[in-house]
Amino acid sequence: MAKKHIVGIAALALFLAACGGDDSSDDSDTSSGDGTVSGDLTVLTHRTDIVDTVLEDYKTRFQETYPDVDISFEAITEYEGDVSIRLNTEEYGDVLMIPAAVTRDELPEYFEPLGTVEELGEKYRFVEEQAYQGDVYGISITGNANGYVFNKRVWEEAGITEPPTTPDEFIEALRAIEQNTDAIPYYTNYGDGWPLGQIRSNMGVLTGPEVENEMAHSDEPWTEGEDIHLVDSFVYDIVAEGLAEDDPTTTNWEESKNLLGTGDIATMMLGSWAVTQMQDAAENVGASRDDIGYWPFPAQTDGTFRVRIGGDYKMGINKHSEHKEAARAWIDWYTEESGYATDEGGLSVQVDGELPDTLSDFEPLDVEFFELAPRPEGEESLYSDIHNTAEIDLDGWLYNQKLIDIARGAADGDKESYFEELNQRWSDARAQVAG
Amino acid sequence: MAVNTTGRPNDDGSGAGDDRQVLVTAGGGDQAPARGSGSAGASPGRDTTQGRRTTPWLFLLIPLGFLIVFTYIPVGNMVWYSVTSWDGRDPVKEFVGLDNYVQIFTRPELFEVFFVSLYYVGGSFVQMALALYFATVLSFKTRFRNFFKGVIFFPYLLNGVAIGLVFLYFFRPGGTLDAVLALVGVQEPPQWLGDPSMVNYSLAATSVWRFMGLNFVLFLGAIQSIPSELYEAADIDGANSWDKFRYIILPGIRQILGLSFILAISGALSVFEIPYIMTGGANGSETFVIQTVNTAFKFSKVGLASAMAVVLLIIVLVFTWIQRKLFADDKVDLV
Repeated sequence: MAKKHIVGIAALALFLAACGGDDSSDDSDTSSGDGTVSGDLTVLTHRTDIVDTVLEDYKTRFQETYPDVDISFEAITEYEGDVSIRLNTEEYGDVLMIPAAVTRDELPEYFEPLGTVEELGEKYRFVEEQAYQGDVYGISITGNANGYVFNKRVWEEAGITEPPTTPDEFIEALRAIEQNTDAIPYYTNYGDGWPLGQIRSNMGVLTGPEVENEMAHSDEPWTEGEDIHLVDSFVYDIVAEGLAEDDPTTTNWEESKNLLGTGDIATMMLGSWAVTQMQDAAENVGASRDDIGYWPFPAQTDGTFRVRIGGDYKMGINKHSEHKEAARAWIDWYTEESGYATDEGGLSVQVDGELPDTLSDFEPLDVEFFELAPRPEGEESLYSDIHNTAEIDLDGWLYNQKLIDIARGAADGDKESYFEELNQRWSDARAQVAG
Repeated sequence: MAVNTTGRPNDDGSGAGDDRQVLVTAGGGDQAPARGSGSAGASPGRDTTQGRRTTPWLFLLIPLGFLIVFTYIPVGNMVWYSVTSWDGRDPVKEFVGLDNYVQIFTRPELFEVFFVSLYYVGGSFVQMALALYFATVLSFKTRFRNFFKGVIFFPYLLNGVAIGLVFLYFFRPGGTLDAVLALVGVQEPPQWLGDPSMVNYSLAATSVWRFMGLNFVLFLGAIQSIPSELYEAADIDGANSWDKFRYIILPGIRQILGLSFILAISGALSVFEIPYIMTGGANGSETFVIQTVNTAFKFSKVGLASAMAVVLLIIVLVFTWIQRKLFADDKVDLV
């Protein structure tokens, strides 16, 4: 009995010593630089699909350089909701994707600064997207271009081989598909909701990178000539004309991928991240990967497609992490060495990165990339404050569902009355936020 | 978090209480002597008396602990959030007084969603009528009655999310329902979820399918606790089945009916799972609880959403109070 006690105490002492040892080695890391980085990292990820395959592989490769760092991944299905609630605790892993719900001014409360915007901006794209007062808090895991994914076979069957350059031309193309093929010309994915918000990532094609900052200073953004008016009336017109699916309420995302592959759906408005998934689905249903094409949003400035690019989730370091050095090593390795960004069909995060294969359709076109401008100082959360106060979920899809309901005649009103209401709510919210 | 109030309060403690009362009173109404003997036995020795005083509390420690930690503290928190403008993450919760409540009562669109609940109230009447019918039929000798009991109760055991997904496929264009209708010659069925004039009927019907089993079991239990000699006496008097139902069963299960009624109303007011899984509240199917969840987690207005949850709580309490008034503890006396 007594023996057992002694063993227990010895184990406890060892454990405590080990913990202490970790801490001290962390401290020495800071001075001696990398090479001796160590610690156990917990990495939260939303990629439940590749956590046991690709990410495990990354871990093995990472440990070739950093043998003393062990990593355990925690894949979370409802990532956004679960993690934003977990931020209330201190236990949200060492490295995690910064949930979109975190507003800019909250970043320093939860995450470790990684460097200044100027410094990191020389190497990486999208550093502005999770930055506050000149400090970067997260580095994007990959990049997206925006536009729409479509089935080339169907579009060619309808006689369209060149990307439409205006919304009218686009709708004309959808009409041709409606008449000449059996495909559903445009699929909204209303049922799952979130795909509806994807089209807003094109905002800026009309008025440029400052679009959201300008919108925060406008009382009537749903007005002809504004980006939000452009994308919303685009969807409205398509649905009102019956060019979208008959019963939008019962759509299913996983199924829609297969239907695009088989050519039962012609077009979906999604970020370029979707291309690899669509190609995989096409292959699954016995079609060819080459059937899936990707074109920019149908709007041009001076004969050039301006394509907005943006980051994906940004990886940040938990402010309460005990192994910040190791966490940083993982982020740097992930960004520069892993090849995740382009392997997954996205844009490289590095400034000098190459175009991925998924965007090969862009090559013959005259395309100019732009990133959204950073928020002005002091207005970091103005845009989100306004749309939250107005209860117009510009980071969600509820108001898009309402728009589609009106367009298909399932709710009262028309485009003008709904835009008027949105403008009213927007300007009221602006007044409230300012006051 | 208490904002997440889901489904029906089917685990309501008062349900079991009422149930027991009916059973006991119907079985002869002799609970008074049983109670009396307990207190009469407690007398000799100080230590034993003290032990008798503290022991029940020791046993109660754990359940009370759970009750306080998982019910009262969250509710208390929610009431506190409801007077702040908290966004759900900000470490500072700014006190705003009754602003949130003022907003709820000055913005009619926040209350309009209660109209959707009327579909579920209507549905719950259908549900209770069906449950009562089946309970009555199956309380007599019927062939395969245990099998039918199982069939009727089974949906209630299923997970609400699973039911939502199953019915999503059931209702979609060209889905199970349309296929069955096509067999009997209906060529152009409506869009069960896509048509705004249909969607709430479809969802309420799903809810009826799911919860009828609960009402059924409650009714069945109450009916079976009615002493059989009453039926025999009625038979001798020449009563037919309808008479037996009208003059024996109905008064015999009055209290359970009242309880089911209140569960149905509060369930209809706070319906959540089925519409949330199936339509996400889109297409005019938004209920008060879905609106609350959206307000909290989509618009980051946890303060306002908490106030909405408090308002819902009060409304449900008011309905419960009305029910207690209407179906006060009056003894059911069949004999």
